[in-house]
Order: sequence, then structure tokens, then C-alpha cells
Amino acid sequence: MNSGLIPEGVKRCPTWKFALGVAIAGAVLLWGVYAMLLCWFKGLNQTNMNNAYGFALWIWADLAVIALGGGAFFTGFLRYIVGKDELKHIINYAVLIGFICYSSALLILAIDVGQPLRSWFIFWHANVHSMLTEVAFCLSCYFGVLTIEYLPLVLENRKIDQVPFFHHLGHNMHHIMAVFAATGAFLSFFHQGSLGGVSGVLFARPFGFREGVLIWPWTFFLFTWSAAACGPCFTISITKLTEKVTGKKLVKDNVVELLAKISGWMLTGYIIAKIADTIYWAAVTAPSKGFRMMDFYSHNSFYGLWILILEVGICGVLPAAILITDRGRRNQKTLVTAVVLASLGVCLNRWVMVLQMLAVPVLPFENWVLYIPSWQEVATTVLPVAYGVILIMVSYRYLPVFPQEPELNPVKS
Amino acid sequence: MFPFSFEWVWNTSHLVFHGGLWFALSIMGIGMTYCIVKAVRDTFRNEKDSHH
Amino acid sequence: MEAVNRRNRAKKYGMVIDLDKCTGCGSCTVACMAENNIPFRKDESDKLLSIAWLHVYKLTNGKPFPHTDVCYLPRPCMHCEGHHGHSPCVSVCPATATDYDEETGIVSQIYTRCFGCRYCMAACPYHVRLFNWWDPVWPDGMEKMLNPDVSVRMRGVVEKCSFCYHRHQRAMEKAYLEGRRELEEHEYQTACTQACPAGAITFGDLNNPKHAVYRLKKSPRAFRLLERLGTRPKVYYLSSREWVRQAGDNHLQQEKQKI
Repeated sequence: MNSGLIPEGVKRCPTWKFALGVAIAGAVLLWGVYAMLLCWFKGLNQTNMNNAYGFALWIWADLAVIALGGGAFFTGFLRYIVGKDELKHIINYAVLIGFICYSSALLILAIDVGQPLRSWFIFWHANVHSMLTEVAFCLSCYFGVLTIEYLPLVLENRKIDQVPFFHHLGHNMHHIMAVFAATGAFLSFFHQGSLGGVSGVLFARPFGFREGVLIWPWTFFLFTWSAAACGPCFTISITKLTEKVTGKKLVKDNVVELLAKISGWMLTGYIIAKIADTIYWAAVTAPSKGFRMMDFYSHNSFYGLWILILEVGICGVLPAAILITDRGRRNQKTLVTAVVLASLGVCLNRWVMVLQMLAVPVLPFENWVLYIPSWQEVATTVLPVAYGVILIMVSYRYLPVFPQEPELNPVKS
Repeated sequence: MFPFSFEWVWNTSHLVFHGGLWFALSIMGIGMTYCIVKAVRDTFRNEKDSHH
Repeated sequence: MEAVNRRNRAKKYGMVIDLDKCTGCGSCTVACMAENNIPFRKDESDKLLSIAWLHVYKLTNGKPFPHTDVCYLPRPCMHCEGHHGHSPCVSVCPATATDYDEETGIVSQIYTRCFGCRYCMAACPYHVRLFNWWDPVWPDGMEKMLNPDVSVRMRGVVEKCSFCYHRHQRAMEKAYLEGRRELEEHEYQTACTQACPAGAITFGDLNNPKHAVYRLKKSPRAFRLLERLGTRPKVYYLSSREWVRQAGDNHLQQEKQKI
């Protein structure tokens, strides 16, 4: 029925199987939409946030998906600006994953604010001193860039491509994609950084606060760096997962290994900087405000040193060590372990910088406050995942996402 | 965002911040306009060529 | 010259709370709630969800009987001066919904401008910023008792202590009508100050030598909360008890030993 829409030279599963998959993900999506509507119509009392936890699961999810979506800008930067031509075989998927991550982030933000209909105030009445203003501007603009980057792929659909205007439009957009990619890299540098700045500038929150250069705290640069390092790891993780689900090899090993190698070295640099930052913070910044490092990791039932060891050691040093070695990258098991750990590590870092920062008591006569999200918060956080699965399914089925797929999986006629 | 909103101040931080924003928006706008206009031109030129 | 004059004229309203006098009766909180139309719910047991612009903390010295000592600490908004008016919350608000008034030193909150991102709540270490998780619902007839000078707040926005700024506006209007530009100390007082039966709260212009707070803030008993964070609060506390003064900030072990 829809075989005319499927790209040439590739094989796709039967329609019923595809429809069933969409229906299952769609059911989860509807659950999330229901929770989203509850939050919009009944207000944020549907969540387990409180006056101690102004930021919670959603802001973490927001920061995490933006970091994971960093694969789009960094792969684009490597492909179009640095000139790593092999990456053209994975850039489409990186852009698609980035598009999903950023649209999800915008949706989560729209649910998270108390008065969603006033969201435009952030643009209209912008306070240029606020990191969140920088986030909002760059994030929205970069979402525009990602849409522009994703559009040519949509235009490559067999049916759409038959329309001459769309064919030419797609061709022209490809032609100047480097300009858009450069704009995207510029915007990403700032919004990834300003997300780091969100906690870094809070000089009255000693857990999050960092010194820095000019108006930017060190977390500004650490966030950009970690997104550039771990974003591509997430792209590789999802590529490997897609290969597993479809039972096909979709991207050649040399492409994945090149991206993994660059990620590995980026991660190595990042983790050295992160360790240096942690040592300086623990030895100088926090004590200057009257805190010992262990004050942040004790006297509560959840946050212990384990979270720091997990983030920096197991999800930082370990994947970096694997990815910078040829053997580590060539072995599929170690490669997948490393990219998954790196993706988890960056999520954990965002969790710590949002949730743990708020959990730590600052007034000496206050106590730790822990929080468990409500089902509405969980459902609305799962919603983007379901939406992402559907968009990947539809894109994979109808668009030539993986240019090497026909060559790697020849269809017998 | 605009010089006519009352938060606007003609100082360095506003000019740098909003300058960056309008610069990025301009590139995206001009880039897309170029692509669309050229696509329209290409489409008509091809149609003309095929008639000859 | 004009700038110098303006700076000289600028007020720095602040508060001095004598913790040796405070009995923890809560009159200040009640007066504040009535004055500022603060919403409440039927079930107020979860204090992390309730709104009280002025919260009274109970501090103990942690020692067993008979050495136990208790201190009650009322905590309004600190109206932090920060560095050049960059108090922790003002500089982070993305929509300019909160502002540091250089003329009075008061940190304002514009409810109709706030879109509820709650970044200011994350920035404030004193937990003075509170979110309206619900729309306010007043018991039957109570809406007629609301203070007409203070707007009620809708669901989804942040609110906080304003140092009863509407009283300042009213006092200034009266002064202008009488051809004056300056207020007497008694003309602008917050509701909590007037309600305190022990006279523990003193309010006034910290820059004005004629005001009581000017003298009180210099007392050797005076301290501020979390001073070393650089927030520069405008609420001072007085206590003759060393452990209370120490409880106002975080100290490393070696610093405690030195003290």
C-alpha cells in the first residue's frame, strides 16, 4: 500500500508490524499526553515539586535530552566545518535524534512553567543577565536550525522528491548546509553552556556555584564540552539499538569508530577538566562559603560519594579510557558499554547539578529535602521518549536516514 | 528583545546579547529565503527547458 | 552630581530582629498573611507546599537537658543587596519579573510578569520565594476582608515578602500631598513589625542615622544569615547567645574551634 513511499533499494517490515509498533508507542504517548493535559488544566499541584524543589525531574530531563541531543551539533560541526566527510553517513541520524531531543526539551519546558501562556515573556521582557534567557533564545533558535537540517531529509522521501520544487529546495539546502551547521554550532555552544551556567551562577547555592571567566562560570564550559563529548555517544548508542531492532547493519564500522574516537578524546579532555573543577570546588570554592565537601555527600539517605564516583569514574574515566583505544572501539561489546556509560554519565551530571543542588541544605538549621516524582511527572517525561520512538520509526521507514543501508543490505530482486 | 520594550537599555550587554540573536536569526532567514527563491527559479527554468 | 545626590537620597529599608525578645508566638506571620492576602488551604500540614512570607524557625542548640536552649527565628525576605543590586534572585529571573529598587533597596516581585519558571526559587538560599501551586480559594465571605491595596496572586506564579511595599506607596502618596519628599520613621512600618507583641522587630532605613535600625545593626549582638555567601541581606538579627549567632552561617570545623 505504502511501498511507493519507502526509499529505493531497502526492505522494510510489513505494514501491520509497523502499525503495531506505532500503536504500542502511541499508547505510551497518550498516557503522557493525558498527564500533560492534567498539568496544564489543573496546574503544577499535579507534581511532587514543592517550595524546596522548584526545579525537579522535568528540568533534569530537559538538561539531559539537550546534552544527549548535542550529537547533532557536534557531528554537524565535524562534518561541515572540520570536514570529516565519512560522518555524512551518520549525520542524518544525528540530526534526527537532535531534532527529537530539542523538540522534547521545548515541550517539557512548556509543561514545566507555571503560566505556559506567558512563556513569550521570556523573549519580550528578556533579562539579558539571566542564564535562562540565553537558554531560551539559543534553544529556540537552534531548534529552528535543526528543523532546517532535518527538512532536506524529509524532502528526500520518494514521493515528495518527485515534486520539482521540493527536489530543488532539498538540493539547495544541502548546498548551503555548512552555513546552517555553523550557526547551529554557534548557538549550541551558548545554550549548552548557559544550561551549565544555570546552576553555576547561583552564588548563594554553594553546591552548584563555580567561579569562572567574565560572566561565565566553569560549568558553562564543562556543559558544552560534555555535550559535545557525550552527545555523539548517544547517537552511536541509538544507532546500535536501531541496528539491533531492525536486525540490519546500518552504518559502517569505520564511521562509528571515527565518531567514537573523537568522542573518546573529547570525553578524556572533559573528564580531566571535570576532575580539576571538582578538586578546586571541594578545596577552595566550597570552603570559602563554610562548607566541607563531605557536607554535600552525607547526612542524608540518598546522596553519598557513590554518585560522584559513578559520574566521574564509572561513567566518565572508564568510557573515555575505552574509547581512546583502538581495541576498545573495535570490540562491539566494549564500544557499546562505553557509549552507553558516557550517555548515562552526562545524564547523571545533569541530575546532580539540578536535583542534588536543591537537596543540599544551605541554611545551617535546615535539613536535606529529598523528592520522588509523581506519576504525572514520570508520564510527561516518558512522553518524549514515546514520541521519539514514533518519529524514528516513521523516519526510518520512509526516509533515507542511513545512506549506507542499501549497500550494507542488498535487496535480492 | 526589541528596543521599544521598556527593559531595553542601549548598553553593551543588550547589544551583544541581542546582536547575537538577530545575527543568528538573519543567517537562518536569509539562508532559507535564498534556498526557496532559488528552488522556485530552478523549477521554472527546468520547466522551460523541458518545453524547448 | 545628580548621581551622587540620588545615591545620598537612596533609602535602604531593612529590618533588625531581636531574637532575645522573640517568643515564637507567630503574630508576625499571622499579621503578614492578613495584610498581604496570602492564600491558604484546608490542609496546611505539608509546609513545603504552604505559603508564608514570614516563616518562624525553631532553632535548638542540640544539647541534652538541662542544657537545651531554644531560639525562634522569624525569616522574612532578606531583600539581598548582592553586588550592585544583583541579589541572587533578581539577576536570574529571565523575564525581569523581579527587580531590585535602587531607591528603596526593596526586591519586588511582579506577579503578572512572572511566568512561573521558578529559577528564582532555586537561586534563593533562604527559601523566601514560594510558588502558588493552587489558585487561591477564600472561605465564603472572606474575599470581602481582603486588603484592597495588595493584589491577590494566581496559580503558577512565585510570590514573596515585599516589606509591605504598598504601605510605602501609601505613605509616599500622603507625604507628596503634604508637600514632603521624605518619610518619617513611623510613617512606613511593616505589618509584622507592628504586630510583634514583644517589640522584637524594628524596621526602618538602614542608611538613616535617625532611624533605630541604623544604630541596632551596629550592635555587637548583630549578625545576618549566610553572610559569607555574599548575598548582603538587609535583615539583621540580634542575639546575645553565641550558638545562635553561629547558627546564622556555615562554618568549617577549624573555624568553629577558633571561635
